[in-house]
Amino acid sequence: MLTIDRAIIDAIVAHARRDHPDEACGVVAGAIGSDVPRRHIPMDNAARSMTFYEFDSMEHLRVWREMDDLDEEPVVIYHSHTATEAYPSRTDISFAGEPNAHYLLVSTREPDSEEIRSFRIVDGVVTEEEVNIVDATVKA
Amino acid sequence: MAIEVRVPTILRSYTGGAKIVEGAGDTLIELIDDLDAKHNGLKSRLITAEGGLHRFVNIYVNDEDVRFLGALDAKLKDGDSITILPAVAGGALGFAAAAALMGK
Repeated sequence: MLTIDRAIIDAIVAHARRDHPDEACGVVAGAIGSDVPRRHIPMDNAARSMTFYEFDSMEHLRVWREMDDLDEEPVVIYHSHTATEAYPSRTDISFAGEPNAHYLLVSTREPDSEEIRSFRIVDGVVTEEEVNIVDATVKA
Repeated sequence: MAIEVRVPTILRSYTGGAKIVEGAGDTLIELIDDLDAKHNGLKSRLITAEGGLHRFVNIYVNDEDVRFLGALDAKLKDGDSITILPAVAGGALGFAAAAALMGK
């Protein structure tokens, strides 16, 4: 199960809406081993595509170093699908390289509501998990 | 000649769990061969069967992406720090098209 603060979910949804119809992507960092996502980091989609996302390689390095310095890890890696459901595509599964992360997908295909789902992706195996949205313990 | 290499979580099964390992080489490919001798199988996760850098991985020399430094021929020197990160990418697009788009 992914437990995540409502303020962070709201910020992720706002990011996905802002970049729609392009896919949006980012990270929520948390203390290593805590499994608690605390720090929302919206990333650039270097592909600027409606059907593909890719972290900019230099931003990726900078953000991962920053997490390292703060004893954090990527607890959540998120992206949006803008015309399809919030379920990992074959591409998502092939590229999933952080076995400890929750892969959060937001679908913005409906203008008035978002589908938000979370998955573990380890060695090509996708396991959906519950998303438990809790109120206000951190700032997004 | 010692070069520090930061290993991502997903590849630590090759390094006995170590986050940082040391290697040697005048170029990136020499370093990878040296690492593979000590951590058998690591090379296959970084380099494709065709001998190019794997599109799933980013490798940095200090603060530069090696793709801008000559890729596998990137020159290394004592004291350099190498960082390996799994690329973060995906999306609704089909896999073959995505791979072609990345051009890696």
